[in-house]
Amino acid sequence: MRIATETPVMFYDAAACGAGARDKLPTSQRTTSERGSWRSYRRIAIALLATVSAATLFVGASTVANAAGDEILIGLVTKTEVNPYFVKLRQAAAAEAEKQGAKLIARFGKFDGDNEGQVAAVEDLISAGVKGILITPNNSTGMLGVIKKARDKGILVIALDTATDPADAVDATLATDNFEAGLLQGQYARKALDDKTPKLAMLDGTPGGSVDVQRHDGFLKGFGLKEGDPAIVGKQITHGAQDQGQTAMENLLTAHPDINVVYTVNEPAAEGAYAAIKARGKLNDIVLTSIDGGRLGVQYVNAGKIAATVMQFPKIMATRGVDYVVDYAKTGKKPSGFINTGASLITDKPFSDLPSKDTKWGLENCWG
Amino acid sequence: MRLQSTGDGVSADQTPRRTADNARTGIMRQVLLKPTVGPLIVLLLFCAVFSLATHTFLAAGNLSLVVQQSVIVGTLAIGQTMIILTAGVDLANGGIAVLGTIVAGRLVAEQQNPALFSLLFALILCTGFGMVAGLLVSRLTLPPFIVTLGLLGIITAITRLVAHGGAFPVTDDLLAWPGNAFAVGDASITYGMVIMFGLYLLVWYLLTQTAWGRHIYAIGNNREAARLVGIPVQSRLLSVYTFAGLLYGIGSWLALGRIPNADPNALQNANLDSITAVVIGGTSLFGGRGSLWGTLIGTLIVAVLRNGLTLTGIDPLWQDLVTGILVISAVALDQVSKRKQR
Amino acid sequence: MKVEQKPVLPPLGTVVLEARGIVKRYGHVTALGGADLELVAGEVLAIVGDNGAGKSTLIKVLCGAVVPDEGQVLLDGAPVHFRNPLDARKRGIETVYQDLAVAPALDIATNLFLGRELRRRGPVGSWFRLLDKNRMRREAQREMDELKFHLPSIDSPVEKLSGGQRQGVAVARAAIFARRLVIMDEPTAALGVRESGQVLNLIRSIRDRGLPVILISHDMPHVFEVADRIQIMRLGRRVALTTPQRHSMSEVVAIMTGAARGDEQTSPA
Repeated sequence: MRIATETPVMFYDAAACGAGARDKLPTSQRTTSERGSWRSYRRIAIALLATVSAATLFVGASTVANAAGDEILIGLVTKTEVNPYFVKLRQAAAAEAEKQGAKLIARFGKFDGDNEGQVAAVEDLISAGVKGILITPNNSTGMLGVIKKARDKGILVIALDTATDPADAVDATLATDNFEAGLLQGQYARKALDDKTPKLAMLDGTPGGSVDVQRHDGFLKGFGLKEGDPAIVGKQITHGAQDQGQTAMENLLTAHPDINVVYTVNEPAAEGAYAAIKARGKLNDIVLTSIDGGRLGVQYVNAGKIAATVMQFPKIMATRGVDYVVDYAKTGKKPSGFINTGASLITDKPFSDLPSKDTKWGLENCWG
Repeated sequence: MRLQSTGDGVSADQTPRRTADNARTGIMRQVLLKPTVGPLIVLLLFCAVFSLATHTFLAAGNLSLVVQQSVIVGTLAIGQTMIILTAGVDLANGGIAVLGTIVAGRLVAEQQNPALFSLLFALILCTGFGMVAGLLVSRLTLPPFIVTLGLLGIITAITRLVAHGGAFPVTDDLLAWPGNAFAVGDASITYGMVIMFGLYLLVWYLLTQTAWGRHIYAIGNNREAARLVGIPVQSRLLSVYTFAGLLYGIGSWLALGRIPNADPNALQNANLDSITAVVIGGTSLFGGRGSLWGTLIGTLIVAVLRNGLTLTGIDPLWQDLVTGILVISAVALDQVSKRKQR
Repeated sequence: MKVEQKPVLPPLGTVVLEARGIVKRYGHVTALGGADLELVAGEVLAIVGDNGAGKSTLIKVLCGAVVPDEGQVLLDGAPVHFRNPLDARKRGIETVYQDLAVAPALDIATNLFLGRELRRRGPVGSWFRLLDKNRMRREAQREMDELKFHLPSIDSPVEKLSGGQRQGVAVARAAIFARRLVIMDEPTAALGVRESGQVLNLIRSIRDRGLPVILISHDMPHVFEVADRIQIMRLGRRVALTTPQRHSMSEVVAIMTGAARGDEQTSPA
């Protein structure tokens, strides 16, 4: 669009000699400059084609390298790639698959709670011809339809770490018994408190999460308290995050300076709680416990930050899951039911009547 | 001193040269410059690559699966295309659709309302939100980016309020109907796919065969010109956003059909996914240029890419990488052709 | 000031459009302080004046884009009140705006009929609102041929055209739909020599068809080439009315800038 100048042009139109000159020439004389833009047009098109060709070669190369038509294909769909727990799960599965001579195709949701991404991934895996699918569902009910589709096609479906609802929608579930894990944590905390009157603070995870609820209830059972007991002086939500754990602990300590035992839903929350406790100088007065058993968590126990933690075994979930699929592909045998992959109390201050492992063992077997 | 004009219009001897030039370079360029050819080539290329890499890609069952997976974003992208053609953008389309699923789901599941009523209620609600966006954009001339961004926040809050809790299954027959499928050979065609294609045809017709459609393109291309020639710009913009809202409502029905689960966490990235589809499909973000079929091709490109990468077991990070490259290439080509015209 | 009253010209015919005593103020600024105008059938009337003389404002009043504070506009002798450009268009007044008001990405035929698209006859057109693209293309081509304005293809997008060709499209659009007169705002501004010539030819074609033309221009040679009468405005009023034969360009410029007095002055009605 041309903007006309406002200065009166007396005689000749000065614009004739200006930048607009090109447009006034006939096509034959325009071609040179037009060719310039056509050239850049072509350049981009060529660049695009080059990229796509490179991608083609890459795809071709990688599939040729893996071209074993009789390979057992195993699908794994985790919640996200953001949580290190699931990253370790995936890596353990990949290693086991390689050991077994199978091929693992791993996909994950885009964010915690991403159901559609997982559904699409399972659909694609069915198309790919996998023999078994291992999933940690973001949404316990949202996957039911596509899981059924997979099982109808004879694909073995195993839930890892998180159960579906209903749990028998899958062939089998490989997970920690989170109630049992909470129970161990509670039993230890009670013993560590000795005969002191308990003043318990509970740092919970995400409201409504089945894992969080089970750990919470298990802890209370192991500790020997009922919900609503006055010995529970405070509860806070942390979503399993360190910063929220710290804030929660600070608030609880302000409200109840006489807290002497703390339940945390996982180790990041515990780390946050530790910082708050240390800042108040109450390290010697509080028994801090946790669950998860990642490398960092075991190191906290080793360093004395946490009195004890309960270890989960996602690696076992992953490797046993892969093994089950391979077994199914070879023999048609399916696992079933809830398969407890175990929970182990880790502490350097054990009690003789409560089985536990020390941090040395912990560091060797942790999933971090 | 007086200037003499040098002739009447384009003199005769120049015209043949012009058409000869066009004939030489014209056909090739005209074909390549049609907005949908580029994306179509990319789509076919991806299909070719994946069918060479694995025998499982080109199966009728898999191809129909890919289209099934495109139905929700594909439908949302129709509304996005119309809005982008007016030089706007809609960040709230996914949010509106999710609200539709939650509202319809709760009306049916918890309060035992008839399914048809619940569905219609959800459709009207979504259309209403579209109209709100349209009013803010047309009457108050607020930037669509900001309007839809703010609306998204409001709608997300309302959705969490209405859902109060998490996702819940919606097993009603009518609401789940778009997920029902019939077989055509080995392919499985869902009614949702049929509805989506029907909507594409309808909106294509509106955009290219009616005056309304021309006005939409004109408004996006040069809003002031549209106003000066007497196009009722405000009314057209309002109609675009409102109609888009209705399409998002239909999208929520299609979503319930595909996954019979009302999930407040769903479709979080649908706004960006639909914009990606529109851009890859060759529609200009500056408005006034583009083709609706390009959007469909763009949606399919993304779905084919994801599906193919899974079938070949390639790391999914390539999906984001390639999609990003496609988006930038599409915009770059758009810019180059714009510069060429000036 | 004593003014010498001399008749402008013997009238060529009926007065098509008349403006009497138009006043328009924007705050403290008086854009028009009692401006007049008469447009006679079959003529090209050029309005010239320095910046701030009120040419654009007067044009906007005539085409309905601006509502005057005082004064009257008469079309074919009857008073009219335009509230918006649509009102003026409905009365058969078409305007070619300075920035052309075309959608560059759309093709010529589409632009010509923008806002006034033709639909297919019968139920297909009224129920399905189907456009009659072939008819629009044919009419557009016919119009271009009648105006002797040649373009590469009626289907090419406007942005592919040169500046002069685009101007031609905007002018043709006005020519197709105008029933009484055409108004043009700076039709040759920023056009080169050859293209200006094309546009001036178009203007003559339109006049020869029986549509009188009002045009604003800064370009004196073009004005002198195409105008039948020249209206000189200064400080919001008409100060002179002349023809290319009666005054030279430098004299007109002098009157524009106030260096010389117009020897014709019309007093406010």
